[in-house]
Amino acid sequence: MWPIIQIELFKIYKRPRTYIAFGAIAALILVIQMGLKIDGEAYAAFLMKDINDTLTVDGKVLNGYLICYILLQLLLVHVPLLVALIAADMLSGEANLGTLRLLFTTPYSRTQWVLAKFVAASLYTILLLIWLAFLALFLSMWIFGTDDLFLMKSNYVVLIQEQDVFWRYLGAFVFASFSLLTVAALGFLMSSLANNSIGPIVATISAIVFFTILSTLNIPLFNVVKPYLFTTHMNNWKEFFDIQVNESNDAITGSILNVAKIKNSIIILAIHIGLFVGASVWIMKKKDILS
Amino acid sequence: MSVIKVQGLSKSFGALKAVDQLSFEVEAGQVYGFLGQNGSGKSTTIRMLLSLIHPTQGHIEIFGQSLTNHRSVILEQIGAVIERPDSYPYLTAQEHLTLFAKLRKQKITAAKIEATLAQVGLLSRANDKVQTYSLGMKQRLGIGIALLHDPQLIILDEPTNGLDPQGIADIRQLIKSLSKDQGKTVLVSSHLLSEIEQIASHILIIHQGKKMAEGPTSSLLDPNKTIVQIKTLDDADAKQKLMASAYRSNVLDRTEGIYLTIPKLEIPALNAFLVASNINLVSLEAKNSLEDYFLQLTSTF
Repeated sequence: MWPIIQIELFKIYKRPRTYIAFGAIAALILVIQMGLKIDGEAYAAFLMKDINDTLTVDGKVLNGYLICYILLQLLLVHVPLLVALIAADMLSGEANLGTLRLLFTTPYSRTQWVLAKFVAASLYTILLLIWLAFLALFLSMWIFGTDDLFLMKSNYVVLIQEQDVFWRYLGAFVFASFSLLTVAALGFLMSSLANNSIGPIVATISAIVFFTILSTLNIPLFNVVKPYLFTTHMNNWKEFFDIQVNESNDAITGSILNVAKIKNSIIILAIHIGLFVGASVWIMKKKDILS
Repeated sequence: MSVIKVQGLSKSFGALKAVDQLSFEVEAGQVYGFLGQNGSGKSTTIRMLLSLIHPTQGHIEIFGQSLTNHRSVILEQIGAVIERPDSYPYLTAQEHLTLFAKLRKQKITAAKIEATLAQVGLLSRANDKVQTYSLGMKQRLGIGIALLHDPQLIILDEPTNGLDPQGIADIRQLIKSLSKDQGKTVLVSSHLLSEIEQIASHILIIHQGKKMAEGPTSSLLDPNKTIVQIKTLDDADAKQKLMASAYRSNVLDRTEGIYLTIPKLEIPALNAFLVASNINLVSLEAKNSLEDYFLQLTSTF
């Protein structure tokens, strides 16, 4: 199956649309970094205005680690939309061009083609995430330096020592790859149902928005299905930044408050990926190629 | 040896029966013309031969093997252009052929890719993106992709669409050469009789998904084997009497109407037979050209 994966990757590499997402991420991150570099102290003061009376924070609050956290909070909501641009076009775009006929009359089976396309879309998604990590984490570390990570949660603050932060980002990015692959798989499923590019892209984005709203609303009826919705779990990368404390309320280095929650979320997301890709394969195997 | 053997092939889309109980055989080395008006079921049949569409009913054998059970092995030996040229606008012709070369078991060298580009007249534009190509150039690229792996069976659905007169003549020559010089089997579909007439050794005429006629082009065009259409007051009775007579082998396999292939000089004798057999004859009409014959066949519905 390697030759057809290579072909799919080559097509993604040559397609101009591919670079929109990379460009958009770079532009957004650079603009935010520039803003924070110029006016970051005022932003930090604004964030801390409520606790300044009760807490004295020494050191460099606005460091590369905090900038990365801010960026991820902002971007991991929007990146799925960029992933949908490519994933939701993988099958329907070819159907629209008519090239699906060329591919499906080669000796490779439809299952192989669909899986190869998903692998290619997944690699693209992971590359996008690596690009995001490079700009949001490494570039921020270089521009703003590093120090302890000070985070303000809704009703408590978290202070993670500098040497205990980097691995958490690695964990968060691995987790985020599951979230984005779920989006890619959903886009892929939508793509298998249509013969044009726009419909599946819009449908994927609409589905994400719809389920995100369901996941956010605190209505008893929706609470029953919430644990099973992928959107409920997509933002749980933040769990890597909740730390356990001992009896003296001191942070325990190298700990995560709720490991089970992360594991559960990864399992739910992996099940979604499997279901979406499985359904795509089944649909494409049954489909008459008329376009 | 039959390269393609189709038996009782049908395809329905809801209430629409696009292909209805179609059976035919294509022998090795033949240029087999698949003739029918737009919407007659040609492309649907070709897509079923290439496993793009699942048949509702029927059986397809290619190279003596069931398409359902040996799809990959069969498709390895087929090259096809289906209905319109399909290509990636952001890739060059060279990149297209390089990519599709990777999909074949046999090693396709850079020299073979270059030779194929030259064969379809795209060598000078090989490194230009396809989005800058004319429709005719895209069509030639599609044919290049189909021929790249040196397939035994070539299926071309309306291959001259969008080509200028010189392009049409080139493709015609290419098809003839593939069969004559390289011994390839070619199934070529068209709604243009003049095209099929010039290249096909055998012809199948399809209309509304049904087979209207099939046979060697020479036989369908031969003035000594004139197609005769008989109209009677009771076709079923007339057909029964003809099938029981010496004319049995002359009766064409058609579901509607009565058609016979006989030498022109034997038409009076046929007429005498019909009268003697108490068949209430309404008309007896000789068809001299394939075009007349085709139009007659397809306009009766």
